[in-house]
Order: sequence, then C-alpha cells, then structure tokens
Amino acid sequence: MNVRRREDGLEFFEVDPFLAELLRQIPESANVDDAPKAKARLFSAPADESEPELRKEWKEYIEPELQRLFRSSSETVALDLKQLCGKERSFANRTLRIPNEHADAWLNALNQARLAIAARNDFTEGELGDCYRSPIGSRRDLSLFQVNFYGFLQEVILRELCGCGDNGADQ
Amino acid sequence: MIAEGPTVTIDKPTIEQDTRTKEDVDLPWQVVVHNDPVNLMTYVTMVFQRVFGYPRTKAEKHMLEVHQQGRSILWSGVRERAELYVQQLHGYLLLATIEKTN
Repeated sequence: MNVRRREDGLEFFEVDPFLAELLRQIPESANVDDAPKAKARLFSAPADESEPELRKEWKEYIEPELQRLFRSSSETVALDLKQLCGKERSFANRTLRIPNEHADAWLNALNQARLAIAARNDFTEGELGDCYRSPIGSRRDLSLFQVNFYGFLQEVILRELCGCGDNGADQ
Repeated sequence: MIAEGPTVTIDKPTIEQDTRTKEDVDLPWQVVVHNDPVNLMTYVTMVFQRVFGYPRTKAEKHMLEVHQQGRSILWSGVRERAELYVQQLHGYLLLATIEKTN
C-alpha cells in the first residue's frame, strides 16, 4: 500500500486485498452495540461516583449526542469505503481516496474502532506496544494488527491532512 | 352575576428543587484527562490544541504528563465550562473527567 497527498485529499493506492478487507471492517469494528466492554470505553463516565447527578444527566442528555457524532463519523467512512467494493477481481489491488473534509470523520471512526477492538480483547499495554507481531497466528494477533494498522492510518491522516507532527507512539 | 359551574380543585404546584447548591456551581472545577494506552500521542496533542486552543508545546507538555503520570489537569474554572470541555474531549474519545478542585 502506498500513500499520495493530493490537493483535495489523501490517496491510498496499491491497497492489497488483505488491507482492503481490514479497511472495510472499520465501521463494523466501531459498532459496540453487542459489546458492553467496548461500549463502556467509548461512553466513559464524566466524573467519579461522588457525582451521581452529573453521571445521570450525562447518560440522559450527552450520551445520545455522542452516539450521533460517532455514528455520523462511521457513516462517512462507510461511504468512502464503497470505493473498495468495486466489481474488479476480488484479488486486485484497490485505491482509496479520503477527501480533506472527511479527515475528522476518519480520525474519529478509526479511534472508535481501535478502542473498541482493544476493549473487546483486553489488550495489555505491552501487547499494544508490540508493533511487529505477525497477524497470522490467532484471531487475537489479527485484532492487534488491526489496532496497529488503524493507528498507522491515523498517523498518516494527522500528518498529511491535519498538519500534525509524527512521533508515532501510543499515549 | 357569576354563573355557577363545576368546582375545580387546583393542586398545589410542585416546585422543582435544583439539586446543585450554589457552592457546587461556584467552586472551581477541573478538567482531568487520564492515560489511555490506545490513543496516539500525536492525536492527543492535536485534541488538546483544538479543544483548549493551546499552543503545540503546551499541548505536548500535557500529553506527556498524561502519559508519564497517568493524568493531567487541562483546565480549571466554572463547572458549566468544565462540563463542556469534558463533553468535547469525550467526542474525541479521550478519557476525561470533571473534578472539584481541592
């Protein structure tokens, strides 16, 4: 897979079928409806238990707004990803263009997906720092690769579309 | 002359009580961001710049504080604004809470 900066956005070209499939899984990975742990991470509490009133109001009024924001980002990304569902041979390399104005939606959806996958798998900090583990082995290894691949995409978008520096590591 | 009609009983109005005391509202509150091994350093720095309008060096200082010490106080002031900042930070999927200033 290669990346090219264009005036109107970012182009990922020569995307092989394996990476294309991982890209197609972003919206699904970000969906936390059936994953309580992941849902708890995406909708974390705004205060500790000494503020029950605030926590209650937050659930009632703020969480639905956050849900809308997250859903809207995922939908924007899902629309862009239709570029990867062409009628060419399934093993052909693909091209994906991300318009400048979709940068924030991509950052958000990628982050949702990374956090949700990490929460579903209970990845340790050590595992998350292991960028060289092969995706071939187990479903867990593949999920870890997915988190790191999405992190790489975030870095590229931050650097190319948001003008942010590149210092790679996790927080 | 007043026409006689059915008797209407009006219930005593319910007065909503605001559960927050004045002290609660006025106390300085702080916005705290907690460590999260998944979020990228560059992403967190960008979020601090966007949400608080901090220059890059200040945003990076807070990001490193979160990374190294587990939390950083990003802002303190009135409760309403602190809540708004926490909402924005949650929109970017950071672990952020509002706390009373000690």
